[in-house]
Amino acid sequence: MSRSITLGQYMPGESLIHQLNPRVKILALLMMLAVMFIVQTFYALIFLLLFAVLLLASSGVPFSYFLRGIRPILYIALFALVIYFFFTRGGVVLLRIGFITVESDGVREGLFVVTRLVALVLYSLLLTLTTTPLSLTHGMGYFLKPLKYIGLPTDEVAMIMSIALRFIPTLMEESQRLMRAQLSRGADFESGSIFRKAKSLVPLIVPLFISAFRRADELALAMEARGFRLGARRTRLHEDIIAPRDWAVLVFVAATLAAALVLNI
Amino acid sequence: MKNRPEIAIETRKLAYHYPGEENISSPAVYGINLSVKRGEYVSLIGPNGSGKTTLLKLFNALLAPTDGEVLVEGISTTEEESQTEIRRNCGMIFQNPDNQLVATTVEEDIAFGLENLELPSPEIRKRVNRVAGELGLEHLLKHPPHLLSGGEKGRVAIAGILAMQPSCILMDEPTAMLDSKSRQDVLGAVRRLNREQGLAVVHVTHFPEEAARADRVVILHQGRLIEQGPPALVLNNLQLLHQLGLQGTASSELAALLRTDGFSIPQEILNCQELVQSLCSSELKN
Repeated sequence: MSRSITLGQYMPGESLIHQLNPRVKILALLMMLAVMFIVQTFYALIFLLLFAVLLLASSGVPFSYFLRGIRPILYIALFALVIYFFFTRGGVVLLRIGFITVESDGVREGLFVVTRLVALVLYSLLLTLTTTPLSLTHGMGYFLKPLKYIGLPTDEVAMIMSIALRFIPTLMEESQRLMRAQLSRGADFESGSIFRKAKSLVPLIVPLFISAFRRADELALAMEARGFRLGARRTRLHEDIIAPRDWAVLVFVAATLAAALVLNI
Repeated sequence: MKNRPEIAIETRKLAYHYPGEENISSPAVYGINLSVKRGEYVSLIGPNGSGKTTLLKLFNALLAPTDGEVLVEGISTTEEESQTEIRRNCGMIFQNPDNQLVATTVEEDIAFGLENLELPSPEIRKRVNRVAGELGLEHLLKHPPHLLSGGEKGRVAIAGILAMQPSCILMDEPTAMLDSKSRQDVLGAVRRLNREQGLAVVHVTHFPEEAARADRVVILHQGRLIEQGPPALVLNNLQLLHQLGLQGTASSELAALLRTDGFSIPQEILNCQELVQSLCSSELKN
């Protein structure tokens, strides 16, 4: 059962995007998001969207994963379209139903906003689908580093995150085991009102918490036994190297951002 | 005496009280004088609550002695600044392999201790690959721990310790939660390291058959060391073992029963093979 549990959305692969440094990917994404908000013309936006599709294809991640990622925003997109179509005035009247009109400016702006939304999500998916949750954590941990100077233990936070990631499947397995144990003794998690269902989860949550605390205790001991010390300096197995290709990507994205700013397209 | 290199762990009049424990008269361990030679395989047996785990934690500097001292490679565990060195030297493996794997992939987990030692990345990579090779884990390096079998998890735990190049491994019932195949898998790996690399092993176990394969068996009872010696002697002292609620190996128990029925079987029987041999030879004599 545990084999079906996937963490985050990561899809393993060997593409160039997979191999980029996670810090670079995060930074590049932020810049691309900025570009998306800067461009004013439809053509530029379509170009960015097509470019995203090109990158998706090169990442080797099955297309269905991207479609699945986009599905949650469909309703938002639909809602935005309706609002823009019916409430934005200006341009030629395209459709008139009684006192309700659909005008060309509304259609144009609605489509523009929705295209931008889809492009934003696609670029974000490109990051989350090609980066392991762990390297994503390390990458974000890097950008949080300045917070160290105001007393936030950023290395420890990164360690906490990675241990949490490590134990999610273990605890899920455990909760399934507990659930089966309670079911075999006649527990009922399915029927009744929401309130009753929530109440029936108590005999599941309490033992889960107790065992999680016991695990935490043992894990802390094991970490200490292997020489872990709070606040001590540590090295890493995977060196966090910014390779030439990472620089190339950064320069390319930065140039795109500059172009968007200067050309005012 | 202090720097004799052939001693891996030495304790002198070691005693430990858990803080907050009300009954001062019954410490967790008391008056332990024990030395483990380099390359020696020592089994630690005793009833529950006899202080076996406490003793291991004292060896690993997870606990500091209340009285007496523990010397690991001649260094006292009370010296704060040498703790990391002691833990490197004397790795500890716990009962539940699930709760001692820290990282999200096998290779990161093996590297965990090395990262704490602040080794440079290329050196960590080299050692991780070497240790993974020794324990047959090469094909699992990128796997997350929850997809491993019990025996594989056990071997990953050992690999994480071994990568730190210790002179001694402490094992706290590492096989209690494993099926018999995984048990063979883990113990086979440890025994090989013990023989081939001269790694000292202190193995806490509830299985007499596991204890029987050690160089020396030590019995703890109520925090005191009450008996030690070669397995053939200690595990055949059935009177003492039964008194403590322990048992000899199946073969030594059977041999004792046969003896009371008039068979002439030597005292030092540990496994089936020895039992069969002595039975057959006595049969032939008749």
